[in-house]
Amino acid sequence: MNKWNKFLLVGLLASFGVACTSTSEQQTDATQQDTQTDSRTGAQDQTTIQSDPFTDPSNPLSTTTIYFDFDRSEVKAADREVVLAHARYLADNADVKIVLEGHADERGTREYNIALGERRAKAVSQLMLLQGVAQSQIDIVSFGEERPVALGHDESAWSVNRRVEILYPGR
Amino acid sequence: MLQKTKLSLLIILLSMSLMSAPARASLTIDITLWLDNATPIAIVPFGWNGVGKVPMKMTDVISNDLGRSGQFAPMKENEMIELPHEGRDVNFATWRNVNMKYVVIGKIQLLANKSYQVQFQLFDVEKGTQMAGHSFKAKENQLRRLSHHISDLVYEAITGERGAFDTYLAYITVSKNRKGQNRYRLAISDSDGYNEQILFESSMPIVRPVWSPDGKQLAYVSYASGRPQIYMQNVFTKNTQQLTNFKGSNLSPAWSPDGRRMAMSLSKDGNSELYIMDLNSRRLTRITRSYGADLEPAWFPDGKSLVFTSDRGGRAQLYRIDVNEGGASGRAKRVTFDGVENLRPAVSPDGKRIALVHNTGGQYRIAILDLESEQLSLLTDGRLDESPGFAPNGSMLIYASQARGKGVLAAVATDGRASHKMRFTSGDVREPAWSPYKQD
Repeated sequence: MNKWNKFLLVGLLASFGVACTSTSEQQTDATQQDTQTDSRTGAQDQTTIQSDPFTDPSNPLSTTTIYFDFDRSEVKAADREVVLAHARYLADNADVKIVLEGHADERGTREYNIALGERRAKAVSQLMLLQGVAQSQIDIVSFGEERPVALGHDESAWSVNRRVEILYPGR
Repeated sequence: MLQKTKLSLLIILLSMSLMSAPARASLTIDITLWLDNATPIAIVPFGWNGVGKVPMKMTDVISNDLGRSGQFAPMKENEMIELPHEGRDVNFATWRNVNMKYVVIGKIQLLANKSYQVQFQLFDVEKGTQMAGHSFKAKENQLRRLSHHISDLVYEAITGERGAFDTYLAYITVSKNRKGQNRYRLAISDSDGYNEQILFESSMPIVRPVWSPDGKQLAYVSYASGRPQIYMQNVFTKNTQQLTNFKGSNLSPAWSPDGRRMAMSLSKDGNSELYIMDLNSRRLTRITRSYGADLEPAWFPDGKSLVFTSDRGGRAQLYRIDVNEGGASGRAKRVTFDGVENLRPAVSPDGKRIALVHNTGGQYRIAILDLESEQLSLLTDGRLDESPGFAPNGSMLIYASQARGKGVLAAVATDGRASHKMRFTSGDVREPAWSPYKQD
């Protein structure tokens, strides 16, 4: 709970007035948070500025899927910011563990695609380890082509199936 | 509370009995290509000496077997002028007039205790001589298997090569339950897709079933524990053992020809590398060390080398490596050079050919590589054909294909001149593996 409050506080201060929807559970936490914040800033604003970084679209942590080119496993430059944001969060929260789930499109054999999905997840993991995330915080599972998000047989489906999902179990 | 428990138990039992009902998976076989010069053969409906209806039309099974092989063109029953059941009633002139090369006749006789005597004879029409003749006793539930056995005997008498009709297929089916969640099933059936039996079910993916050389066990990869691990299961007792419990991807089980070892691809030490496990001691010997992923090993029949997929050179190609008890006994040599990618090798029973998945222009097709001539021949024209496996006599390949948006099993003659597709109603079908010859 403590860590969560601290984190929410950081998120709150970092956010730029972007209000977002939150679940009733988070509401409760946020209410406590508001009191603390108010006492520090002295603000008595009626508009509660609250933000869960994992759901705030302006926060890179809200992105948890990284997409890849066909038969490639390098993280694209545009996606590095997202991976690094997750890495910083994990480095700051050493007790948080994630699962990197690797996936591939349907082209190629099933087992080759499992190996490819694993390599993609490892590429993401490698970037995170360089940011000080501990190996023990990251688990990797590749499903290859077994769990597509889109069922079509063209590039529009394939492009969203070639992915690594950053999963926070329990979140 | 007790009532409720009893009721749900009853529901579980009921749904289990529904699940195992043999009629659940119905099957359609589409012949997509015929051999031009298939041998004409007349398989005359067997006579029936008994009361009521004949227990089974065995000649339908035999005609379908021989027809699917692409090597025979069985005559349609309604085109037959005579329907002899005894050798003395076969008029060779009649069959010569309709250009038949061979005639099969037979009869089924009811015996005591609901068992049957089945007799058949195969005749050479040109020579007017008998080529084969046998009698069998069978229970009703053995008549389909006996039909496949007769197909094997006819095939061997005519071609000189052992038939592979009395064999099994293993495969994976995937269907959605009422909640829309995937149900994966490891199943076996007769070589014509009939008599499906479910060996293992899971909500998590199952891939790559492979047969033990004695045909009694299957190894496969299941995600039941959350990550891909290798298991082996006795087909008859259904007894299952987990062979790997490592991090990463544990893939590509391949039984050595002597049945004592299993080649596999494990990523526990980094990227996917080949290992051989001694099945008695479970001791692992590492075979490859490469920058790329090494996977999908297949043994040559002498047990002295493996062919496998590796992307160590950039894109996936096939490599061959010699192995002995101590591990690798040489460097891996690349064996495929045509096309963008070549993956998932299967070695022919005589060790002279490799079936593989060949990618050119983004189309994945089954091809066969002749190792002596180094000639690569395309056998299929699908968009995403996968998982080739040889019949134990090397005459046909089973593979996974797509038809009407669904995964289907397909078979093609290894000379490419005949093919057919098997569609199951039970959802997507994939990852087929043809069993060795039965040993009982």
